[in-house]
Amino acid sequence: MNTTTSVPPLKEKQAASLPANRETVLSVKDMKKKIGGKMIIHDVSFDVQAGEIFGFLGPNGSGKTTTIRMLVGLIKPTQGKVLICGDNIQEDPEEALKHVGCIVENPEVYSYMTGWENLEHFARMQRGIDVARIEEVVAIVGLEQRIHDKVKTYSLGMRQRLGIAQALLGRPKLLILDEPTNGLDPKGIKELREFVRMLANQGMSLFISSHLLSEIQLMCDRVAIISQGRVLAVGTVDELVNQAGEYVVWQFDQPEAGRKLLASESGLQFIGDDKHAIDEGILAGLKGAIVTTMVIERIPSVVEKAVRAGIGVLSVQRIAPTLEELFLKMTEGESIG
Amino acid sequence: MDRLLPLIQNETLKIWKKKRFYVVILVLLVLIPIFTYAQMKISENNAKNFKDWRNQLVQQINDMQNALSSDRIPEEWKRFRRIAVQQLQYYLDQNVNPNSPDGVTFTREFMSNSVTLFYPLLVLAIASDLVSGERSTGTIKMLLTRPVRRWKILFSKLVALTLYVSLIVIASGILCYLISGAFFGYGGWNMPIFTGFLINGATVDSTYVHAVPQWLYMLMQSGLIWFSSMTVAVLALMVSVLVRSTAASIVTMMAAVIAGTILSSMSSSWESAKYVFAVNLQLTDYLQGSPPPIEGMTLTFSLITLALWAVGALIVSFRVFTKQDILN
Repeated sequence: MNTTTSVPPLKEKQAASLPANRETVLSVKDMKKKIGGKMIIHDVSFDVQAGEIFGFLGPNGSGKTTTIRMLVGLIKPTQGKVLICGDNIQEDPEEALKHVGCIVENPEVYSYMTGWENLEHFARMQRGIDVARIEEVVAIVGLEQRIHDKVKTYSLGMRQRLGIAQALLGRPKLLILDEPTNGLDPKGIKELREFVRMLANQGMSLFISSHLLSEIQLMCDRVAIISQGRVLAVGTVDELVNQAGEYVVWQFDQPEAGRKLLASESGLQFIGDDKHAIDEGILAGLKGAIVTTMVIERIPSVVEKAVRAGIGVLSVQRIAPTLEELFLKMTEGESIG
Repeated sequence: MDRLLPLIQNETLKIWKKKRFYVVILVLLVLIPIFTYAQMKISENNAKNFKDWRNQLVQQINDMQNALSSDRIPEEWKRFRRIAVQQLQYYLDQNVNPNSPDGVTFTREFMSNSVTLFYPLLVLAIASDLVSGERSTGTIKMLLTRPVRRWKILFSKLVALTLYVSLIVIASGILCYLISGAFFGYGGWNMPIFTGFLINGATVDSTYVHAVPQWLYMLMQSGLIWFSSMTVAVLALMVSVLVRSTAASIVTMMAAVIAGTILSSMSSSWESAKYVFAVNLQLTDYLQGSPPPIEGMTLTFSLITLALWAVGALIVSFRVFTKQDILN
């Protein structure tokens, strides 16, 4: 856990903010993985508590999927251990995996069988799952209409639902979803978000990986950030985003005068075009936008000053940094590239 | 065991749903009539030329003996001919027609001729993608993240495979009998077949030769075919654990089986080739009394060699499958 020492206040805050009596569903301790002589995962540690939605955030190739594979026993860690509800996945996979439902990468099911046959197949692999339970999960994911069709006729979204239905069959305490929004349309993403929230409200813990900060921000309670196989920080989403700082983007009817006005404001910093990491798509619509960082509470007084000086404020926007920016802030000088 | 039964059911169902067994049946349904037709043509021809099957046998023996006196025939072939002559003579002496045209005889010969190439091919149709198929479609991730130990999953695949190999042997026998019987008649169950020829170099020792009814001979032969098919199946299972792509898995196994057939026909000079599994697949030859491809090979030797290969393949399969990292 030495890599997260750069942000010790966060961890302490986190520990304090969690009720002590909450059950730890997933506990990862000092997990390492070496593949082909190269260390892919370095000392990853984190805990997931009962009923929380835990985000696992990292860019592509940061080791998210490798970590998830180790959580569910597909890959053996070189060192360290994974406990699921107290059972070690290496020593007792049958006990540990009873508590887990997962989709690793894509929801891959047998395309030459129907959805129902797929669920029956996976139901046979675990005790105590009867037809009523299968019907129940089909209803939960809303696949009743098509469940008896061959999976090869399903759309990606339907396969996703079937995958989730499969994962829910054994009434897991922990549901692991790897990039669940990949390939979904905005409506599908929204439905997924509501679905995830509903499951969490029923007491299930969810472990969701993503490479999109916005997605994690909307869905998760807590988040671990991983880059280059190291966990950079663990904390609540707000804490992490605040740590990175937000941009405030100004748009005036007289850009030059506006810039002068902003320059007089203490504690306000201009961020050059090449310095910030705001999505180009967002700035494209804002002509002559001035990107700054400042204390959020000062925005009203700056607007007032502008009005008094006769400079029209077209827009003021708070824009969250991208994930990359967050990483830069977190590693602070350490090169991550 | 109560935990294993549902798993075996799963694996059996998956093979069934993949329609691999249909393919096997379809291949049989196409090939058997072709061979039956060819055999029928031969029988018609013989019936035209020979009033009596004894004349035909005598002619056959004479032909072979003529060939034996020729210098242009390699010594290797002569050995086979000499033995065949002595066996035909034995049938003639016992007044039993070895080529009796009936459904059971045809089935027996068809199965015996299929053991080195055709049965392995049918077995590979089912065995080659048992594990590699799950890996290439990614379903292995679902399969191995369920609360079931990995050895149980591989074991259930092995049981399902055994089941289908048995089915292939039985189905091929039944189909062949039904189809050929329509042309040659459904008789021949009680025809005596001689077995127990001992080959000593170029001579045949008939001290232990005894007649068995053809139905019993068929049973024994099917058992041997099952044994060599199972060896191929288990080896294919191992290759499918080791190789990720199903195509690569089929090619590897087919190459091994074909190489074995070629090695058998090149035969005796390279003696240690007898430890190659594919050279030992033709178990039915021992029953029939044909000379083995390499001198010194006996039924026991071949059974033990095949068993050792199978056990080795199982050990490798289970070790690798239970330990390997699923990275793709």
